[in-house]
Amino acid sequence: MSESSLPTFQHYQHAHCESGVTTNLLRHAGINMTEPLAFGIGAGLFFGHLPFLKVSGTPATTYRIWPGAIFKRVAQRLKISIKTQKFSSPEKAEAALDAVLAQGIPVGLQTSVYFLPYLPEAFRFHFNAHNLVVYGKEGNEYLVSDPVMEHPTRIAAADLAKARFAKGTPEPRGFMYYIQEQTTTPNFEQAIRSGIKQTGFFMMTPPIAWFGYKGILLLARKLKKYPERLSPRKASLYLGNIIRMQEEIGTGGAGFRFLYAAFLQEAARILQHDEFDNFAKELTEIGDAWRNFAFNAARIVKSRSGTLVSYTQLGDQLKSIGLREKDFFAALRKLK
Amino acid sequence: MKTDEVPQDVLAYKERDKIRKLMYAVDAEGHYTGVNSSGWEAENVAMKEAWTEIETELQETLAEVKAGIASPLAYYMHQHLMDVSLLSKYAGIWQWRVKRHLQQKHFSKLSEKTLAKYAAALNISVATLQSLPDNK
Repeated sequence: MSESSLPTFQHYQHAHCESGVTTNLLRHAGINMTEPLAFGIGAGLFFGHLPFLKVSGTPATTYRIWPGAIFKRVAQRLKISIKTQKFSSPEKAEAALDAVLAQGIPVGLQTSVYFLPYLPEAFRFHFNAHNLVVYGKEGNEYLVSDPVMEHPTRIAAADLAKARFAKGTPEPRGFMYYIQEQTTTPNFEQAIRSGIKQTGFFMMTPPIAWFGYKGILLLARKLKKYPERLSPRKASLYLGNIIRMQEEIGTGGAGFRFLYAAFLQEAARILQHDEFDNFAKELTEIGDAWRNFAFNAARIVKSRSGTLVSYTQLGDQLKSIGLREKDFFAALRKLK
Repeated sequence: MKTDEVPQDVLAYKERDKIRKLMYAVDAEGHYTGVNSSGWEAENVAMKEAWTEIETELQETLAEVKAGIASPLAYYMHQHLMDVSLLSKYAGIWQWRVKRHLQQKHFSKLSEKTLAKYAAALNISVATLQSLPDNK
């Protein structure tokens, strides 16, 4: 196959993998999309802390909604027809992927970063919710547009099969998704409104303490007890994991808070509603507080001498962030 | 965070410096824009901590394997950044059995069939699985 016959796909780098994939797939379909819009319309912002669910030995903490939700909701809210599929075997998954690619349609995939050799080794843990776009195949290699990368890349079919069928939590089971057709002109105003409504709902109303602003307060309480309950090694590892979930590749900074603030700015422009700009400003400040929290947490991790006092201060800092987010989302829900 | 505050803390560690990720920051006019970042000290510390823990556990396991207590399977499990639950899923073997097989006294009695399952899960040969790497 000659160079010129390879399919083309305009790659743009983004902060977050799923909102990035969503943006790039929609742009390819001719829709004027940005990452903040995809993230906000898809109601990507969240907080969850599940002390009992251990991922690689540390309690699960998340700053975003569960995998797969963003793309689905953006498509629903913009009335774009999509197809999503999971598979029972790597062979079936590969055949289905190849069939869609043969029609010239780029495909979003859920993968494990552990099996993506083009990523820096530093990031390659068993994390199974990484999204990327495959837009063509040449020989035994797939053409990849991974939104966290600056440029498009390639992956061997054998590696991609492993990445798509990684085990653990969550299990991608070959999950793939793509745009089938776009029927009407998308109504961004309405989509933005329902996205904000849903994020407000998820941050404020879950009756269980693990989710939303309550999850932040729960983590604040748990964190204060780390020095009593855990060995210094474990405590520092738990803390390190929170920082990584918040800041490591893919959040755009401050655990998606900056990305969501950018969305609110775009919402102000599209809805012609200046009040959203003020909310964006406030969330930027909350994001800065998250960054301070991560900075202080990293100091404890680095010194490896976390005292009860330092963990208590850190817990208090987190508590005040939780309360600020409570006020923020309560007010955002009321904004007409 | 303002665009001129976006940290550029380069870390040449496990290819971390291969990627300049995209961050969102506020420009002089107060508008959000994407800015590439080489990394941030706080996140670099946390990431290195995670790897140090893995390396420490691997060294501890290596000592136990050499002492004849732990099996090479335990070593390769840690080397592949897995725990008992994940290895159990990849190999299709119950967790309580995997736990036993991490001990040399049980591992040494394993059938070829079970060894092959573990080898496949770890993407190594059965021969490799039965001993430590030559340089260890």
